[in-house]
Amino acid sequence: MAERATTPPILQGPTAKEKKYDRQLRLWAASGQAALETAKVLLLNSGPGVVGVETLKNLILPGVGSFTIVDEANVSELDLGVNFFLEESSLGRWRAEETRRFLQELNPEVRINALEGSIDAFADHPRRLEQYSLILLVGPTRNARVLDRICQHADKSSIPLFYIHCQGFFSHFSVQLPAQFPIVDTHPDPASTQDLRLLNPWPELLEFLEKKTGNLGLLSDHDHGHVPYLLILLHFLNVWNASHDSQFPANYSEKKEFKALVESGARRNNSEGGEENFDEAAAAVLKSLNPHSISSGLREVFEADACQNLRPTSANFWIIANAIQKFQTSHNGILPLPGALPDMKAQSSDYIQLQNIYKAKARSDLAEVTRTIRSSEQELSRRLSIEQAEIEAFCKGAQFIKVIHGRPIRVAKCTAEIDWSDRAKALSQELQNPDSLLPIYFAFLALDRYQDDIDRIRTLRQPANDQQFNDILTGRVVSGAVPPLPTFAESAHFSTPAVDPEHDPKPWPRFDTPEARTAFDDVVKELDRADWGELHNIAALTGGMVAQEVIKVITKQYVPVDNSCVFDGIASKTAVFKV
Amino acid sequence: MVKIPACSKTMRQNIDKLPRTYLDNLLSKPGPASDPDWVPGPETISALESSKVLGAGGLGCEILKNLALSGFKDIHVIDMDTIDVSNLNRQFLFREADVGKSKAEVAAAFVEKRVKGVKITPYNGKIQDKDEDYYMQFKMVICGLDSIEARRWINATLVDMVDMEDPESLKPLIDGGTEGFKGQARVILPTMNSCIECQLDMHAPRAAVPLCTLATIPRQPSHCIEWAHIIAWEEHRKDEVLDTDDPEHITWLYQKALARAQDFNIPGVTYSLTQGVVKNIIPAIASTNAIIAAACCNEAFKIATSCNPFLQNYMMYSGDEGVYTYTFDTERKEDCPVCGNLARNLTVNPNMTLQDLIDSLGERAEAQLKKPTLRSEERSLYSQFPQSLREQTAPNLSKKLSELVVDGEEIGVSDPAFTIAFKYKLIFVS
Repeated sequence: MAERATTPPILQGPTAKEKKYDRQLRLWAASGQAALETAKVLLLNSGPGVVGVETLKNLILPGVGSFTIVDEANVSELDLGVNFFLEESSLGRWRAEETRRFLQELNPEVRINALEGSIDAFADHPRRLEQYSLILLVGPTRNARVLDRICQHADKSSIPLFYIHCQGFFSHFSVQLPAQFPIVDTHPDPASTQDLRLLNPWPELLEFLEKKTGNLGLLSDHDHGHVPYLLILLHFLNVWNASHDSQFPANYSEKKEFKALVESGARRNNSEGGEENFDEAAAAVLKSLNPHSISSGLREVFEADACQNLRPTSANFWIIANAIQKFQTSHNGILPLPGALPDMKAQSSDYIQLQNIYKAKARSDLAEVTRTIRSSEQELSRRLSIEQAEIEAFCKGAQFIKVIHGRPIRVAKCTAEIDWSDRAKALSQELQNPDSLLPIYFAFLALDRYQDDIDRIRTLRQPANDQQFNDILTGRVVSGAVPPLPTFAESAHFSTPAVDPEHDPKPWPRFDTPEARTAFDDVVKELDRADWGELHNIAALTGGMVAQEVIKVITKQYVPVDNSCVFDGIASKTAVFKV
Repeated sequence: MVKIPACSKTMRQNIDKLPRTYLDNLLSKPGPASDPDWVPGPETISALESSKVLGAGGLGCEILKNLALSGFKDIHVIDMDTIDVSNLNRQFLFREADVGKSKAEVAAAFVEKRVKGVKITPYNGKIQDKDEDYYMQFKMVICGLDSIEARRWINATLVDMVDMEDPESLKPLIDGGTEGFKGQARVILPTMNSCIECQLDMHAPRAAVPLCTLATIPRQPSHCIEWAHIIAWEEHRKDEVLDTDDPEHITWLYQKALARAQDFNIPGVTYSLTQGVVKNIIPAIASTNAIIAAACCNEAFKIATSCNPFLQNYMMYSGDEGVYTYTFDTERKEDCPVCGNLARNLTVNPNMTLQDLIDSLGERAEAQLKKPTLRSEERSLYSQFPQSLREQTAPNLSKKLSELVVDGEEIGVSDPAFTIAFKYKLIFVS
């Protein structure tokens, strides 16, 4: 037998689950995965519904815990041509159960069930929504009342809700998040997160600096070429301050001057004609010498009432935010140190020592924040204390924290106008841009209102004959009852919010420029071309976008869309609007 | 309550009148953005159904599903990989029981069974196994390859296949790639717009850590892992080929890296990180694959049907912070070694002299070179300067072409007056 090296397997190798989910755990880690696995997603599917099923596919594969599918439709020939999670034998059967069966094959670890009953039942008994952690509602729903009730109740119960439209080459989705939706782990670009505190060094760092650069001129070439660049910068800052009245280089020209000073310190009588560590130091001058400041996102957190006035029921986020605010107040506006060190040319032991100095400082700052939190918890008589890991994550990511302010989804009704309130002006301005994709959003609202109109006619009068009934049932244009969609959109003055409602009596004023009008009309025509149908590619793409957003909302990692997104499959472009 | 009537005669007629698919429906009407000359209806639909297309790469599952549900009926798929357990979080046609089987074969069989009327032909192997004759049969190629080498190969092959006289030889290449929440989709019309080689600098590889850092002054856990990977393996097991899919090999590297990290007090070496560094693992999720594959297939659908304009020519998607796309037209590079200078076929009489050829080049509209320097694949044919080389090559001027080059040989023609260089493929016709 050929000799073969055998290494005994390690004691704690990856588990089966870690192997299967390896490629995603590298993005959202075990904490994100745990959040996904406990989530309960409700899909209220309507229309062709491919976008709903494709979204589920992208959530079932990464292991989101459980799914409930509500879908009243029976499988038609049309479904078979566009929905991958059906087969010929599904024809005529209940679509919710058929798609459940084929989706379940994707991942045996998730629970999926098809729920009998209609979406309307959730509008009639909205408390039934409360058992779910996230709702996906696929439009157009049959009428505005249903959409309105479901959205309102989700808002009241702080359940994130996605409202999704997909037709022809266009799609749209809006996200309704709770009024305060904070994200700590926003995964900023590592290049932008360096926080070395060169202008605010602490005693241990200065002590190490003295040890390593006290005799810089006398160091051997090897040692000189391995002084970590951040010590080089600190050393030359001392040199600079001695001749500049202790004022750090502040503006661009001073920084350029300082950079030249750093470069002049490099030894050039070697084969490379310079030193790599000095090159690194010079390159870091512009970005590393900015005075410590607090990001606008974090400032907003500090100023929020929820941060200023803690209550026994306050979310952990606000208790921690409050403690960090107190920390920075008592440290001249300086935040707890995140503690991460970028790689740099250095001797191994010097780098590790430097890394430990940063880590030790971060740990001591964290301990101080934790003490404040413990005393808050005591004052508020909270029974459960916040876990150390949660506090640490906040300290590390403080500068990049985001709070999204969820807003209610706008529901288009045939009986009342949408109140655009504070967004009216911004949206009207956006429409002045001839390349804006905002008309897609408005066209989908027109579609919703159209659907609401059709539904009203259906409930007001009995269909005259089979044909009319069938037309209504399939959502097709009813002769004599509702005009075709483009005419409807035109006559309904379906357009933008008022720039100035006082001077414009129309609640749904027109698009101000002919270009914007044409853009809207073209979207409506293209939507009408699809005749209530979905294109598989657009549904699959939109299902991918929605699934990404759902994952971000459930894991509270990365930054979700705020709050409406449209996709144009002709130009292959997306746009995000706050409505 | 409205009662649904039993399927009456009129209703049945209505259902019969309904379109068979949403696709057919849309393709039967013009849209505001479709070309005024575009002909909707059966002609377009049958053009779509008869388009033979090729899909390949890590986005293969999504691509096959999307093409099959976009009306393509004759789809080929190439994949050299076998199914690994770490594929199951996104490659949705594969199950636990399929681990170890050919991706191309399992995926093809699955989609063929699920979508009626679609024929899918798998090939379990490398795209490089196939020649130009093979690629010539397709209307276009849609790929989500995970290696830059494979991308460059297919790109160069498709550019090389273009024969200006034959429009059918131009095969659009639709390429997609993902990393985490980000991705890109692009449409390449070989020789018509910027190719993958032109865009190469947009996908710069990460800088490698210098070998001396690995050998003498490691600071990061990844330095210790690279040391085990590059140096320790070579030292201890150089007779074995490192197989990054062999858990014993990875475990060995992990333990070597861990021991080295402990020597230097470096924290953070884990099994998972070892795997990530050694295999250069790029995070991948179902949703991003769905977005990019669908963006690619949407372009394939528009190109095959002309029902709407297609992407010009690059879409970048990022889902890290909200949703952000940047759609733009990348520029062709004049000096692109692949598409920058295509060899044109030049029909010549093998008995004409080199001087005759040079004279004719001066007259050709696309060349207009008065004092060209010519090189064959083997040697310099005629050089204007330096003077020594001119004198050395001058005797060639009176030689017959058949004495200097063989039929079908490519020659490079340059002129210092222009910064561009031409390539001609000499076709002998007596």
